[in-house]
Amino acid sequence: MNYGATALEVSFGSRPALGGVDLSIPAGRVSAVVGGDGAGKSTLLHCLAGTVQPTRGEVRRPAKELLGLMPSQSGTWADLTVDENISFVAAAYGVGGRTLASRRDELIERADLGDARDRLAGDLSGGMRHKLGFILAILHQPELLLLDEPSTGVDPVSRVELWRMVAETAAGGTAVALSTTYLDEAERSSSILVLDEGVAVASGTASDVIEAVAGTITVAERPTVADRAWRRGRVFHEWHPPPPDRAASVPDKGGFQPDLEDAVIALMLARREAAT
Amino acid sequence: MLAMIRKEFRELRRDRRTMAMLIALPIVLLVVFGYAANFNVSSIRTNVYGDQADAVASLLQSPFDSETVDPSGTTTDAEDALRDNEADVAIVANPGQQPVAYVDGSELFVAQTAVGALTAANAKIDAAAGTPDTSGSAQTSGIEVEVLYNPDLETSWVMVPALVGLILAFIGTIITSLGLVRERQEGTLEQLAVMPFRPSDVIAGKITPYFVVASLDMIVVTVLGIVLFGVPFNGNVAVFALGAVIFLLVVLGIGVLISTMSQNQGQAIQMALMLLLPQILLSGMIFPLSSMPWGVRWIGYLLPLTYFISISQGIMLRAAPLSSLWPSFVILGVMAVAVFGAAILRFRRDLAPSVSRDEHATSETPDDDPPPEPATPFAAGR
Repeated sequence: MNYGATALEVSFGSRPALGGVDLSIPAGRVSAVVGGDGAGKSTLLHCLAGTVQPTRGEVRRPAKELLGLMPSQSGTWADLTVDENISFVAAAYGVGGRTLASRRDELIERADLGDARDRLAGDLSGGMRHKLGFILAILHQPELLLLDEPSTGVDPVSRVELWRMVAETAAGGTAVALSTTYLDEAERSSSILVLDEGVAVASGTASDVIEAVAGTITVAERPTVADRAWRRGRVFHEWHPPPPDRAASVPDKGGFQPDLEDAVIALMLARREAAT
Repeated sequence: MLAMIRKEFRELRRDRRTMAMLIALPIVLLVVFGYAANFNVSSIRTNVYGDQADAVASLLQSPFDSETVDPSGTTTDAEDALRDNEADVAIVANPGQQPVAYVDGSELFVAQTAVGALTAANAKIDAAAGTPDTSGSAQTSGIEVEVLYNPDLETSWVMVPALVGLILAFIGTIITSLGLVRERQEGTLEQLAVMPFRPSDVIAGKITPYFVVASLDMIVVTVLGIVLFGVPFNGNVAVFALGAVIFLLVVLGIGVLISTMSQNQGQAIQMALMLLLPQILLSGMIFPLSSMPWGVRWIGYLLPLTYFISISQGIMLRAAPLSSLWPSFVILGVMAVAVFGAAILRFRRDLAPSVSRDEHATSETPDDDPPPEPATPFAAGR
């Protein structure tokens, strides 16, 4: 089953949050949804989870028993210990007995939370709490796993561990969709959906997204048009839209190869210029 | 500093609930206290029984308002009228016997006023007869005064049954709403929403512990009231428990409703206080409802605590049976259905949002679909 959404529209009152978004989440792959704040990433994931209802479009998701969600705040119960959190979620999904015992041990070991089993979730560090949230989301071996900004606010070491667990889960056949603002993480995903103000501006592999940029991106110490430039380290990267006249000159890229971050920013600038 | 003040005013202006507490609450409190904070009893419901009932009734003066005058009535009728809260004072007057005024001690301020007025009337009668009362007792040659259900007019006897209700309201409203809002605040409500729970399972699972704790609290407070203050428990325990359960459902429902309207625990506490304060002031717990003008009194009749106090005082002090308390039970029952129903509907909406338009489709695969084929998680070459 190919989970995802087709022509999805969501409005909160008169405010459109998603406008005609398509997302395919194949089994055994990680699909990333990227975009700035308010782009509609969380809304899309919550539509897929069923906690937000779309105004139009189709959502394809499994039954609740086969769906896992990790909310942006980790989704752990602060006043329960690590073990108690796992026991509660296991009971909710009907996981018990030897299955629970072996699954609990396996996941706690994978998340390196063995020394924290009796600690309250509220006393864990941000990274440990997110790893516990991830364990809770995959405990019942869901077919579709939704992760809402799983690594936001997590230290670099925990991010690496979290991503290892995400990769292992997908390798096991789970369809994984995650939202993130970290483009280096998105670049590791099988496919990427770039959202800006609720609209899809590009989708596909990281290469597809980079190739989707119309115009050129250059590097300069001083930008020619400030509104189309962004700082990367000590230099500026600047997007130059394609000239309306083919005969017009195109800025020389100077051998520069834009990465996913450049592409996403350029795509957003292009959409916003087109909208105005 | 000016920037700080300006920023604070801007935040305050946008925090409508705090603004409401700052502006509306003092005005409401002033108006309510001004009218409700009144210990003076201007009207005492009085029934008169016995062969001389008509003669005695014609002599009654303010604050006594004769409601029923029954020459064929007996002492039993008088006691029943007080027990069933049909009257505050019941006078039995038969020829050749000293008239007896039975006063309902469970209505503290009314009883104090009645005893005072009857004692003054007796003093006048004694003075007119030339036999001044020097004993200081309420028994004179005029009307014999007998206070039932709270003979020493102990404040604690009246307050303990009311406090049982207040404690239930406190736990039901504040603690329940805080527990539910915490799920929302910590992001675990959305986790619960996607778990294979029915909304009713989540609501029942969340509320049952508070129900149990509140019930235990009620038992502890009632027993402590009896042990420490000597408050009697004259009525039927099962009827009392039934009233407490229905009242608890109302206040738990209010707690759930508050949680569905609050984004954080601060908002929940604000709203709960706004609902608890009128219950303390206008339920008859402190100020007698009968002393309040109708402009304020009607609010009291909308509050669940008003009816629970009528039940708890009626059962504990007067041993009132269900047959006389049924109006309070029915009103609390209607409130429980309405409030709890609204709370469940709103909470369900949070857990399982309804379809907003009919133009979208959601497909769920059946549980027995074959598992997907494993594949590499990341794009080739990455």
